[in-house]
Order: sequence, then structure tokens, then C-alpha cells
Amino acid sequence: MEIWDGFTKAIELLISLDPEVMEVVGRSLRISGTACLLASLICIPLGSLIQFHHFRGKRALINVIQTLFSVPAVLVGLLILVLFSRAGPLGELGILFTPPVMIIGQMILITPLLLGLTISALSGVSKEIVDTAASLGASGFQTVWLVLREARYAVLAAVIMGFSRAISEVGCALMVGGNIKGATRVITTVISLEAGKGNLELAIALGIILLLLALIINIVLNRLQQR
Amino acid sequence: MSLIKVTGLNHRYGERAILENINISVDRGEVFALIGPTGAGKTTLLRIMDLLEVPGAGEIYFDGKCIPRAGKQRLEIRRRMSFIHQKPQVFNLSVYDNVACGLRWRGEEKNRIAEKVDHILEMVELEGYKHRNAWTLSGGEAQRVALARSLVLEPEVLLLDEPTANLDPVSTAKIEQLISHVARQRNTTMVMATHDMSQGQQLADRIGVLLDGRLVQTGNATDIFRSPQNEEVAHFVGMENIIEGIIVANNEGIATVNIGGNPDGIGIQAVSDYPAGKEVYACIRPEDITLALSSIQSSARNSFQAKVTRVTFLGPLSRVEINCGFRLVALVTKISAEDLNLQVGREVYATFKATGVHIMERKTS
Repeated sequence: MEIWDGFTKAIELLISLDPEVMEVVGRSLRISGTACLLASLICIPLGSLIQFHHFRGKRALINVIQTLFSVPAVLVGLLILVLFSRAGPLGELGILFTPPVMIIGQMILITPLLLGLTISALSGVSKEIVDTAASLGASGFQTVWLVLREARYAVLAAVIMGFSRAISEVGCALMVGGNIKGATRVITTVISLEAGKGNLELAIALGIILLLLALIINIVLNRLQQR
Repeated sequence: MSLIKVTGLNHRYGERAILENINISVDRGEVFALIGPTGAGKTTLLRIMDLLEVPGAGEIYFDGKCIPRAGKQRLEIRRRMSFIHQKPQVFNLSVYDNVACGLRWRGEEKNRIAEKVDHILEMVELEGYKHRNAWTLSGGEAQRVALARSLVLEPEVLLLDEPTANLDPVSTAKIEQLISHVARQRNTTMVMATHDMSQGQQLADRIGVLLDGRLVQTGNATDIFRSPQNEEVAHFVGMENIIEGIIVANNEGIATVNIGGNPDGIGIQAVSDYPAGKEVYACIRPEDITLALSSIQSSARNSFQAKVTRVTFLGPLSRVEINCGFRLVALVTKISAEDLNLQVGREVYATFKATGVHIMERKTS
């Protein structure tokens, strides 16, 4: 009963707040949280800009963004590797296999998702709201701000979706982080490594945490979407 | 002097002309009603006046100044007006924040905002709703929030698009009361679109009839309702009896209109300056016709024997169709319809005054 054994030991690790488990979980939350925050800071204003401006190729741009929703994480990892390897154009920075480069990778990964969902959140606000704001004397910027507030739950849902995509990806984190103990190990890379080594208890414990996180995210999302 | 003026306005969506050669001038403090059926272009005209849209051609003057077609000045002018859209679009915020937003956008000081919002919420009787989310309100309450949100800005011009469409009678009465209160107390200039003629009549100083994108007639309520300029307007303002005829004699302003073309036919007496030989329409409002069982002696010049052909009950009133050689529609109270025992086939006398007949030139095309 190897699996059962692994499971009970995993519970022990969780209850005893095992330092290694906590370290990995903390790092995962920090890296993906930072990536999500930075991507939001870029994508929400950029999404508003796209939504509220008419330009040629807008439809095509949105199509491209939506296609990139499902870009594989390993592909982003490959891109980052090429850019940041010693010989690459950004190699001089010397940040490959460090948390900052993992953050950059996850940002790139979730940017299309955040951008696309922000645009669709804003387009869910009726044209009449925009007109009403203008009639009440809102400037262009004030109108955008109001529309963002009107769409706040949908925008927040977009941010949460971005975070959940970031924390659950493994391909990019593994490729550009290098899975270095005490430095760049995150939940998903540890699961993949430890399971491969046959060290199931740690993998299962982290798997449970990842599932719990997904559960919490889902509950919050559901709450938001009901408003 | 006119506060808001529109000259030579033309507007089209693609191939379709929405507004054609509109000229309107509204004085400061005046309440101007635009009446017309749905799709006549009322909303588009209001949107252009609120500078939300740029017209295809034509100029808009505000307070004597011609407004440019683009640029920052449009926002400045728009901030002196306020537009209440047909469907109240309240923001997904508290009632307080809804009402405060326009003041915040104008950079008003926080304490002043609180004061003004409280005062206006009291006026629209929503003071207890301050912290409620505006999305949880009923249609009538939402419309009052929309009204408060505009009124709190103390605009010089208030534009209203069908302010009471889709509201129940009680909410409608409340909104109408508020509008007339503001018009009187603050001397606010208003331009109001409505398809409800009685509302236009009740609230407006002057009425413009907009049909198919053209401003067909402008005047006070009496002009519009008693003396429509053409058949279209007459139909729209509820002139149910529009009878073709020809003037056969005119005796010092009292014309005899022959109906049906037969020289010995029926003649209606009407006040008109048109000479004999003129082809005209004789228009009679259905409420101006009295029905009786015997020929009553009165000063009314027109009295005809008739047969009831149809009776329809419309709440407190009854609509009675009669035939007196030509078809007439009369409105009588339900009680008198019962007293006279009006039913199909009943013989009655229809009586109306020469002043109750409006004569309109008939353009032979």
C-alpha cells in the first residue's frame, strides 16, 4: 500500500507544517503572485486602451490574443531560455535559473489570458453606461475608470484566472528555473521531480495543497461571478 | 436670448436620413417638448444637442457660441448640461456614489458633495437608500436616481429622453412632478422628448412635432392640438376626425364645408378664412363632439342626426363611432354613454361648434 502510506505521510507533513513544504509553497505563491500582479498592472490599462479605441486590425488583434490563451508553458520556457541564456540577447543580465526570470516567464504566459479577459469584461459594460458617464460630464479617462469599476468583478475574475494559470504551470518554471533546491523550486516542479524519484509523500502533500488552492480560487471565482 | 440653438441640422446613419434640416431655438428657462412617434429621430436629436454625437451637417450654438465639432470645449459645454437617457442606466455602485459621481468628475469638494447629494436625495424621496446598491432598485426608483444624478449638477440645460417611458402611473406622476418643480424653482431650461402628448401639453411651454426626422410644426400646446398644420400632425395629435371637403361659401369668417362632393350634400360650418372653392380637411377632436338623443337648441352651428355604428369602452371614457352621412368619432364619458343607452343602431344627434372645427388646406398631389 505504497500510495496509502504516501498519503498518510503527506498528511503528517501538512499538519506538522514541514519547513520544506512551507518553503516551496511560499515561493510558489510569491513568484506566481508577483507575476500575476505585474501582468495585471500592464494588462488592465492596455486592455482598456484596446477596448476604448477604434483602430484598424482591432478584431484581428483580439483574435490573436485569444489564440494565445492556450500557448503551452514549455513554449514560453523555450522563448525565455533563448532570450536569457548566456549567448542570448538578454544573457548579460545573468538571471537565468533565478526567481525573477520565472516571474517574467509566467507574466508572458498569462498576459494573453489577462488581456483577453479584461477586454471581454469591459465590453460586457453596456454602451449606455459609457454614454451616461459622458452625459454626466466625465472626461475620457474618468469614463474608462468608471467602466473598470462597473466591470470590477469580471476584471477580478480575470486576474484570478491568470494567477491560477501561473501557479499551476510546470513547463516554464522547470525550464527557466532549473528546479534548484532552496532557490527556484516551486510546487509543480517539486511534484514532478519527487514523483519521478519515487518520493511520493512530498509529491502528494504538495499535490493536495495545489488542489486546495484551486478549490479556494474556484470558490472565490464563483462568489464573484454571482455578483 | 436663446440658450441652445440648432441650425440647419442634418444627420444620417449610412444611407438613411435620420434628421433633415432641423432648426430649433430654446430660450433660457423655457421647457421645450419634442413630440413624435418612436423612430422619428428624437433621441438622435437630443444626443446631438448633448454633444455626444457630431451631426452630419449643421451648427449648434450654446449661450451664443458656436460649438466646435471636436476638442476639449465640447466637454466643458457638456458639463453645463445634463442628459437623462430613456432607460435609466444606474451604475453598479451605491445610490450615494451614483449621485455623487458627476460632482466628483467636476472636482467638487468632498463636503460640498455630501451636502448636495443629501439634499437632492431628500428631494427625490430616496434619502433612506443612500447605501443601497443602485442595481437593487425598482424601475421607478432607478429613474429617480438618474434624475437626482443629473439635478445635483444644477445644469443650465436638462435634456430628457422619454423620462417616464416604461414606468407605472404612480412613478410617472412623481417624475412629472419633479420635472415641473425643477423647471419652476430653478428656472432650468429643458428639452424633453416624449411620445406622450398629454405629458408634452402638461409640462412644456412650447412643443415641436418631429415626424420622420423633420420638425413639422412648432408652437404652444393649443396651436399644436387645435390647429395642426397638416394631416400627419393632425393624426399624431389625436385628431380622429379628418374629413375631406371643399369650401362652398365663406360668410365673414364662417365657412361652409361641403362633405362628399354632392352639391346638396352635408355642410359643416367652421371658422376659417379660406375662400370658397378651396379643397380642405375639416378636423374635429373627438372630445369636442356632444351626443344627445334629441336635437338640442344651442349656439353650436353643427348638429347632425346620426346612427351609432360602434362603441368601445376606454376606462372612464367611451369611444363612439357614428354615421351621419360621413363617419365621426366622439368621446363621451362612460356615464353619459350609459344614460344615452348608446349601442349600435341607436339614433343620436351629434353637435359641435364652428370653433371646434379646424380647417386645414388639402394639398392635391
